[in-house]
Amino acid sequence: MKVKRIIALALALVMCFAFAACNNDDAQTNDPGMTNAEEGQTAENMTFAKEGTLMIGGIGPLTGDNAQYGNAVKLGAELAVKEINATGGINGYEVAFRMEDDVSQEEKAVTAYNNLKDWGMQMLMGTVTSAPCKAVSTETEADNMFLLTPSGSSVDCIEPDTAFRVCFSDPNQGVGAADYISANSLATKIGIIYNSSDTYSTGIKDKFVEVAPSKGLEVVGEEAFTNDSATDFNAQLTNLRDAGAELLFLPIYYTPASLIMTQAKAMGYTPLYFGSDGMDGILGMDNIDTTLVEGVMYLTPFIESSTDEATAKFVKSFTAAYPDQTQYMNQFAADAYDAMFIIKAAAEKANVTPDMEISAIGDAMKVAMTEITVNGVTGTGITWDASGEPTKQPRVAKIVNGEITAA
Amino acid sequence: MKFLSQLISGISLGSIYSLIALGYTMVYGIAKMLNFAHGDVIMIGAFVVYTACVTGGLSPVLGVLLAIVVCTILGVVIERLAYKPLRAAASLAVLITAIGVSYFLQNMALLVFGSDTKQFSSVVSLEPVSLANGNLVITGETIVTIVVSLIIMIALYLFVNRTKPGKAMLAVSEDKGAAQLMGINVNGMIALTFAIGSALAAIAGALLCSAYPALSPYTGAMPGIKAFVAAVFGGIGSIPGAMVGGILLGIIENLSKGYISSQLSDAIVFAVLILVLLLRPTGIMGKKINEKV
Repeated sequence: MKVKRIIALALALVMCFAFAACNNDDAQTNDPGMTNAEEGQTAENMTFAKEGTLMIGGIGPLTGDNAQYGNAVKLGAELAVKEINATGGINGYEVAFRMEDDVSQEEKAVTAYNNLKDWGMQMLMGTVTSAPCKAVSTETEADNMFLLTPSGSSVDCIEPDTAFRVCFSDPNQGVGAADYISANSLATKIGIIYNSSDTYSTGIKDKFVEVAPSKGLEVVGEEAFTNDSATDFNAQLTNLRDAGAELLFLPIYYTPASLIMTQAKAMGYTPLYFGSDGMDGILGMDNIDTTLVEGVMYLTPFIESSTDEATAKFVKSFTAAYPDQTQYMNQFAADAYDAMFIIKAAAEKANVTPDMEISAIGDAMKVAMTEITVNGVTGTGITWDASGEPTKQPRVAKIVNGEITAA
Repeated sequence: MKFLSQLISGISLGSIYSLIALGYTMVYGIAKMLNFAHGDVIMIGAFVVYTACVTGGLSPVLGVLLAIVVCTILGVVIERLAYKPLRAAASLAVLITAIGVSYFLQNMALLVFGSDTKQFSSVVSLEPVSLANGNLVITGETIVTIVVSLIIMIALYLFVNRTKPGKAMLAVSEDKGAAQLMGINVNGMIALTFAIGSALAAIAGALLCSAYPALSPYTGAMPGIKAFVAAVFGGIGSIPGAMVGGILLGIIENLSKGYISSQLSDAIVFAVLILVLLLRPTGIMGKKINEKV
């Protein structure tokens, strides 16, 4: 009997420790998200015009396969919040930002959303990836909470009235490309080679073909390939050359694109090339022949070497704030950085205050979003319509002398 | 002019298929097994050339020779470890094993070389031939591939039909038991077959990636399957059949891409294959074997 009692006591003790350990763990896992703690300290030294804090939540993968994206968004957003607070906050109120991990999974994203609501979130900057964003947008619709996704690019991410996005949706890259080609008079006769076994590629191509005539562009040929026939493009290239295409629009990833360029060069066909953001990375291919990709242009939200004011400022303050984490200075960080300033612009337009109900903020923000114009890192003159899709002058990268430059 | 240009592209694609199909048909003809890992040995060959020439700075000829040596050893090792223990097993078991070896090689390459696509530097330095004011261009790679395929085809044909080891191979392919009773080293002959097939794969890998210079661990998979179709098309086991089947397949694929639909080209290729097999079950140049009862 005595032995049993001792064992029971020991087990009880173990349990106590286990719980204590759990609590500890909780505190630790929450820590990376708790920027408001440090923020709060700096905020004490700062003086804000008005009492009260606007609570903005963020959701994204901070661990797991897509952690690269989530961490970039977190750093970009925190940088923007710091700058916003340093210049007096939003409408004179301090801004608090807290990011929760969703491991890029739908259920975890919804849990993160509920955690953030318990914390007091009034607006959501997220989520980072498309599938969780779709799941969370159903929740925000029920709460009429304002949602701004920095990088959820699939069409159905922003179905609710109060949901908006910073990046182009996948198909809208087709519009951006057509706009740019026509505004800069790159060419009028366009040939397209797209991957018919890929929705990303087909979506961009369909949208491009739809808007091209209204921009004065003539699509002289649409040629397809599939994942299984992505090696030989001579037939497609011959057809497009004979149709007189001066520019090839390639809404595809860079590996088949590099083969297309090699084969076109071999047959003595030298059109201009214009790609979607899938082309980003072509210069990073091992042993790439830089003369092959010279002059290639593609859409991308962020070009590090760009000399425009917004990008230069972002690159400078990012490297100053996170000297050890410059690997995160990518399009996701740029999207999130822009997202925070977009929220600021819209909240100031709508005169949002911390004492407003979540739903009232949502109603005010969805009107204000359609009235603002933002010049950001990921594009200039960004405006929104009620659908939540941004319209912006896209950033276009051009490869010059083997370097990515802003076109 | 457009037709000629499409035809030439078709022949250049077909010559690659032929070169790969020769390896398939060689192994099938003698060992009577479908070596589905052939496409992946091609990929390994291409990686050896890439590593030797781009990373190591060797000359293309040395690179290809090194690839031939590595692939020959690899082929013999694969045969010894994966196929030889299954000599008595059902042919289905060997087929599944071959698919397993194929995945094994792909994943090994993923581990060693990573998944990033590499831009291959052509091993061919022949200048392209330009005709009709540059409207018709025949690349150096196409010319070299056709010439190399023809040489290999003739050499294989002579080797199998005229030399002693070749005749021993034929004997093994006809009846393993009887060949063994006649004093032929059956295992040795099959190992030799794999050695030759894998050496051909190394050459095919170098030329495949010279013509289509994007190298990744999956580079060999699809051309391997298409070349298998070409081998069946021409009559699997027949050496000239592989050549003819490959060229025809390339031409059909390219003309359907150019004139019918670039989306449907694969469907058309396989429809033609079904048609040919319905009319001539042994393929275009396959021998009809009458089973004696």
